[in-house]
Amino acid sequence: MHHTIDVSDLKFSYPDGHVALRGVTLSIAPGEKVALVGPNGAGKSTLMLHLNGILTGEGDVRVCGLPLTDGNLGKVRAAVGLVFQDPDDQLFSPTVFEDVAFGPLHMGVPEPEVRERVARALAAVGMGDFAERVSHHLSAGEKKRVAIATVLSMDPEILVLDEPSAGLDPRARRGLISLLRELPQTMLISTHDLLLVRELFPRTAIMDHGQIVADGPTESILNDPELLEAHGLERMWSLADR
Amino acid sequence: MLFLPVQSPPQLHIPDGFLSVPVAAAGWIVAAICIGYALLKTRGQLGEKQIPLMGVLAAFIFAAQALNFPVAGGTSGHLLGATLAAIVVGPWAAMLIMTSVIGLQAILFQDGGLLSLGWNIVNMGILGAFTGYGVYQFARRVTGDGRTSLIVAGALGGWLSVMLGAAATAAQLALSGAAALSIALPAMLGVHALIGVGEALITAGALLFINATRPDLLRAGRAATGSRSAIWVLLALVIALGLALVSPLASPDPDGLNRVAADLGFDSEAQAAPYEILPGYSMPLIENPNLTKIAAVGIGTLVVFGIAFVIGRIGARKKIAA
Amino acid sequence: MHVHFTDQYRSGSSLVHRLDPRIKVLCTLAFILTAALLPPGEWIHYGLLLIVPLLGVVVAGIGPGYLLKRSFIALPFALAAITLPFTVPGPQVTLPILGLTVSIEGAVRFVSIVLKSWISVQMAILLVTTTTFPDLLWGLRALHVPRVLVSVVGLMYRYIFVLADEATRLMRARAARSGEVEGHQSGGGIAWRGRVAGGMVGSLALRSFERSERIYDAMVARGYTGEIRHFAPPALSADDYTILVTLLAYLALVLATGLLFAR
Repeated sequence: MHHTIDVSDLKFSYPDGHVALRGVTLSIAPGEKVALVGPNGAGKSTLMLHLNGILTGEGDVRVCGLPLTDGNLGKVRAAVGLVFQDPDDQLFSPTVFEDVAFGPLHMGVPEPEVRERVARALAAVGMGDFAERVSHHLSAGEKKRVAIATVLSMDPEILVLDEPSAGLDPRARRGLISLLRELPQTMLISTHDLLLVRELFPRTAIMDHGQIVADGPTESILNDPELLEAHGLERMWSLADR
Repeated sequence: MLFLPVQSPPQLHIPDGFLSVPVAAAGWIVAAICIGYALLKTRGQLGEKQIPLMGVLAAFIFAAQALNFPVAGGTSGHLLGATLAAIVVGPWAAMLIMTSVIGLQAILFQDGGLLSLGWNIVNMGILGAFTGYGVYQFARRVTGDGRTSLIVAGALGGWLSVMLGAAATAAQLALSGAAALSIALPAMLGVHALIGVGEALITAGALLFINATRPDLLRAGRAATGSRSAIWVLLALVIALGLALVSPLASPDPDGLNRVAADLGFDSEAQAAPYEILPGYSMPLIENPNLTKIAAVGIGTLVVFGIAFVIGRIGARKKIAA
Repeated sequence: MHVHFTDQYRSGSSLVHRLDPRIKVLCTLAFILTAALLPPGEWIHYGLLLIVPLLGVVVAGIGPGYLLKRSFIALPFALAAITLPFTVPGPQVTLPILGLTVSIEGAVRFVSIVLKSWISVQMAILLVTTTTFPDLLWGLRALHVPRVLVSVVGLMYRYIFVLADEATRLMRARAARSGEVEGHQSGGGIAWRGRVAGGMVGSLALRSFERSERIYDAMVARGYTGEIRHFAPPALSADDYTILVTLLAYLALVLATGLLFAR
């Protein structure tokens, strides 16, 4: 079956000249959970923005078999749910309900079904009672969950999350981990939180200087201290290890 | 004007070269007086927070002007922001904020000229701020402090601010002999009627958002400096604009000014050339009717302003005393 | 992920770069004023004016290509004056290729306006390519532009990039959720889209407000009481005076001859 995400030799430079991606190749099969780790500036966020056509570089990007042409963008964005790092940028409607409803409404889904989807999405993130709340006033953890709900309501096949646990206190982080564990979608996250990677993601890719420098089972990647150090990462000891 | 793409944001920045010097000078005088007054008023209203608040909000307006939404067939709606700013922080602070944005655009991006900056500030900043705020105060008197007044103020005020700005721009161009009013005015109004829809929708949407999340900010805006005189200032500006449009410009001849001058017997072109060697010699700078006319419009604007203010003040005082 | 405006400043150490910003601002304003005062149809004098920014750009080591390229920004607005060839009364002429009949006087005025506009904007471009923004600010302050206004512009400049970044991310977040599905009309109505855009603007406004409070707190923590203090501006150099006087004299000459020998 087709890989869900197929990136082949992707190159991209920003208008100011900064070369962000120097030939990235990555394939993700349906149902896989992959973590993307690496130092700041490695190009992780840039790569993610290519997956739903917000940025376009040289090279080949296919999502669910579809190339990213203008005609396909709508379908691709319905298939790939991209959750940004700062939920404040993602929650731009007055109420939680309206934010979660935005996606399906834009897709032209009829109103009764929109309501149903919103209810389902909010329930999936454990925020079922928050529909009428004002997004602006929620806590960081609550905002993160609502942000995830805003893409879940579109029934995407793939979830892409940019640094989901950044800025969360331990309790909110624990809640996020439980949530991510339950979600069935194919998942790609970028993160500095190596303990989260170890808990939830069987496959890890290391990105540095605009390229993928390692890609394989999490256990072997994260247990290689030289590899980690070479790319600005540190081996995380959990309290359970001795 | 009919050929301008509709997708530009309320594009009223007049470049250099279009306005005659007297017209441009009048604009600077009006702008300078308003700015000076606004600086005083906002210092009283905002105190030490004057600079950080207005600075960041100016950056916000600048950034928000880039936010768009698709209107129809490839065109998009944008925000000018004067109305929104005025309703949130009051008209005088909004005016300074818009002045900063428009000034920066002129200096850094050559979006609008330096000589014509005076009128650009008036057209997009002052007219916009006071229109929006005036409509808002009016709507509040009629429908109270709820969402209705916000929607009306945002939509109608926003739309009107763009339209008045467009009308004023056309007037200034015609007064300078750079365009025929009979063509420019309807063209500008026509194009901006559509652009104004974008302003209307975004402003109303933003106000509803702020009302839902932090209504206390709107409460502060309602009591802001200038809230009582705003309607009068708006009236004054509109009357002045109307006069400018009606006076020498009713004729389709773009040379409206010179034409009236000729009619009134100040025809300098018919004068005998002082130097026989150079027939047709003329000194446009000393053409009296030009200067007088423009000075008149400029002074007239300020006089109407002044009268309106006094009336507004008396009205306000009476209300307090009652 | 950074928003980058075309920062116009091109660094260098030429005479033009080293001039005091006050002088450069005054020269630019005098130049634009001169262009505005010249009557229509004074083609030679427009050319004489054009020499100034071109010379300036060459001395500054920037190259006239950049200047000319950027100066075309003023042209779209030229359409505003397009009514002139068709409405100004007077002797007419029929244009060869287009077959349109226009009045000579109107055509002359139209071309004059376009040229003046184009020439003026080049001087303005010269100003910003050879002067850093902070220098421009203190130059304006030294020229007695109200200090509060200059400070507001300065703070605005500092935070424009931050807020533009936020605005960009808001738009990307919206794009990311703008999907299409078979069998349904996507996009929503215009009023809905407008309201969403309004919500984004409102959200940005609130965050800006709250950011301004944090900035104020940071300023107070460093002793701010309402006025930003600055160093005194340096004295003007001999170069500054020379250039100013020379340019003003040249402009006066061009203007005087332009008015004296008007058509």
